[in-house]
Amino acid sequence: MTEETMDTDISMPTNTVEDFLRMERLPHIWCPGCGIGTTVNCFAHALEASGLDLKKVAVVSGIGCTGRVSGYMKLDSFHTTHGRAIPFATGLKLANPELKVVVYSGDGDLTAIGGNHFIHAARRNVDMTVILLNNFIYGMTGGQVAPTTPIGATASTTPYGNFEEPFNLPYLAESCGAVYVARWTAFHVRHATKSIKEALLKKGFSFVEIMAPCPTLYSRRNRLGDGLDQMKFYRDNSEILNGADTKTLGLTFQGKITVGKFVDKDKPTYLEAMNAFYAQKFGDKFSPYKG
Amino acid sequence: MKADPKGVMTGAYFIDGDHACAEGAIAAGCRFVAGYPITPSTEVVERMAERFPLIGGMFIQMEDEIASSIAIQGAVWAGKKAMTVTSGPGFSLMMEHLGLAAMTETPCVFVDVQRAGPSTGLPTLPAQGDMMQARWGSHGDYAIIALCPNSPQEAFDLAIKAFNLAEQYRVPVLLMMDECVGHMTERVVIPPADQIEITPRRYWEGPQEGFLLFKAGKDLVPPIVKAGDGYNIHVTGLTHDERGYPVMTPAAQEKLVRRLVDKIRKNADAIVEYKEDQVEGAEIVVVSYGITSRVAIPALEQARKEGMKVGHLRLITAWPFPSKRIRELSTKIQGFVVPEINYGQMVREVERCVAGRSRVRLVPHGGGSVHDPKDIYAAIAGVRKG
Repeated sequence: MTEETMDTDISMPTNTVEDFLRMERLPHIWCPGCGIGTTVNCFAHALEASGLDLKKVAVVSGIGCTGRVSGYMKLDSFHTTHGRAIPFATGLKLANPELKVVVYSGDGDLTAIGGNHFIHAARRNVDMTVILLNNFIYGMTGGQVAPTTPIGATASTTPYGNFEEPFNLPYLAESCGAVYVARWTAFHVRHATKSIKEALLKKGFSFVEIMAPCPTLYSRRNRLGDGLDQMKFYRDNSEILNGADTKTLGLTFQGKITVGKFVDKDKPTYLEAMNAFYAQKFGDKFSPYKG
Repeated sequence: MKADPKGVMTGAYFIDGDHACAEGAIAAGCRFVAGYPITPSTEVVERMAERFPLIGGMFIQMEDEIASSIAIQGAVWAGKKAMTVTSGPGFSLMMEHLGLAAMTETPCVFVDVQRAGPSTGLPTLPAQGDMMQARWGSHGDYAIIALCPNSPQEAFDLAIKAFNLAEQYRVPVLLMMDECVGHMTERVVIPPADQIEITPRRYWEGPQEGFLLFKAGKDLVPPIVKAGDGYNIHVTGLTHDERGYPVMTPAAQEKLVRRLVDKIRKNADAIVEYKEDQVEGAEIVVVSYGITSRVAIPALEQARKEGMKVGHLRLITAWPFPSKRIRELSTKIQGFVVPEINYGQMVREVERCVAGRSRVRLVPHGGGSVHDPKDIYAAIAGVRKG
């Protein structure tokens, strides 16, 4: 083979999301069949479609399998402590309101250990996008029960099956004040991409839940097949119901899944509320906080 | 550089240590504070909440101390000078994020107005029981700087110093107050802004290409950039290389964590600060810090009146500890007396440095009040007799 033909061989078609990834860090740590990579693909395409200045986009993760997303994104990226991505992101955003701050983490990280921060950031309507990957399990530590594990599903710390009521995450987010709430699965690539784009462009606390397979731990332990089987399950059992009442969105073990965009409303963000309040209080003495 | 005059309330005031600490932070350029109410530190954040809206600062009362201690780190990476404030129980909750700040070399300030513990303890009463926690409270190995003011004036001065040291060494700095210093009211003089020296953040000034966020220079401190500047930085609490990328090997651990410890240890001579009074020629030296350094004075005066040669060494930096000086004194004097409002924390450092070369006597106190100076006097007289 001559050098010339080698060059031709190397110029293979490249993935359009490569520009958004730290290619030097690949291959990633995720298992074959894991849904996280699919959602990262959605995120990258959503960033591309959003038209945001990528210099001003920061991604913040907690700990866990999904917590590793920040480390693969070619953006300013912060891999913080377990459960605390949201308060870190709060500080980042309030200190520099020009930044678009995205929290990308898992269900255990954001709603168990980080649950308190989740509800308070939603209540304050801090301007950030939270992408929550829900695989119903703690993946990194070996498949323990999570606040999202459906009743009846088996996890390493519920070897006889889970009997705890799981969170209905869209309902939780809406009731705490989120201005944008959507749920998709890793099967709904185009819908999820569109929702992430909308969330990125939404002012205030926007929330996108994406259900994704964990073939190594959740699917295997519950005898649900591999990643592809789980994707087929999502395809066959999901119903798109935009605007559905979030109260009705609780998930059961291998039951019907309602997906869609459920909340999209306008409300002053934390900083808008603060600036408006102080402007009235202090008049000319106050200049709007810009970071 | 000099302080931004916008925040500096030049003048003489009659204020307590908590308020003085808040003014010191503002003078130092702090414009982001996240906190959670806890006695006896609350006055610091109350003053920030009042002052910040009109000087372009941001105070946010977070949902807990865990959130507060990481919100400030987000703010630092967005370019602010930032601080959180707490007391014992909250300080315990902040430990994981003290470690994060050390690991990610995030310059920030933690204020702990110490009260008596353990647990809820005596919320409104003094102690000095968090001194070892300040040094070792987060898991793993790392190094920090901790300062101990003994008056409202010094709470102001050392708050500025805390921010300056944080920037100089890219490290979390702890201002270890105690309830007495926090709540005592005294004259505090705030100088004009042009007389306040501020250490600016050590931003990278070279070309963007090839910049490494964790590549240190000779002083072992790497320059920094902030989010939004186009560097695509990665910051992680995992063991990382000079790019900030996770590397899960003993070699990466050795390279990174050794530098984190060494950047304080090897710069200790420049960081360590203490004040001495009649230490030259002394036979006994009292080593104290915070409010206890003032309680010791009547005991020292009594002993001197009776002809004893007693010196006083007051710690300004508890960490790094003035090991060199204590070691040197241990070869010259009969003994050290260490009063502290705990059952023996900093005295262990004194003992370590003395290494049996002279006597060391702790004057313990469980907390809830200050020492009776008579107990310190008795220890001075006792250690002299052996």
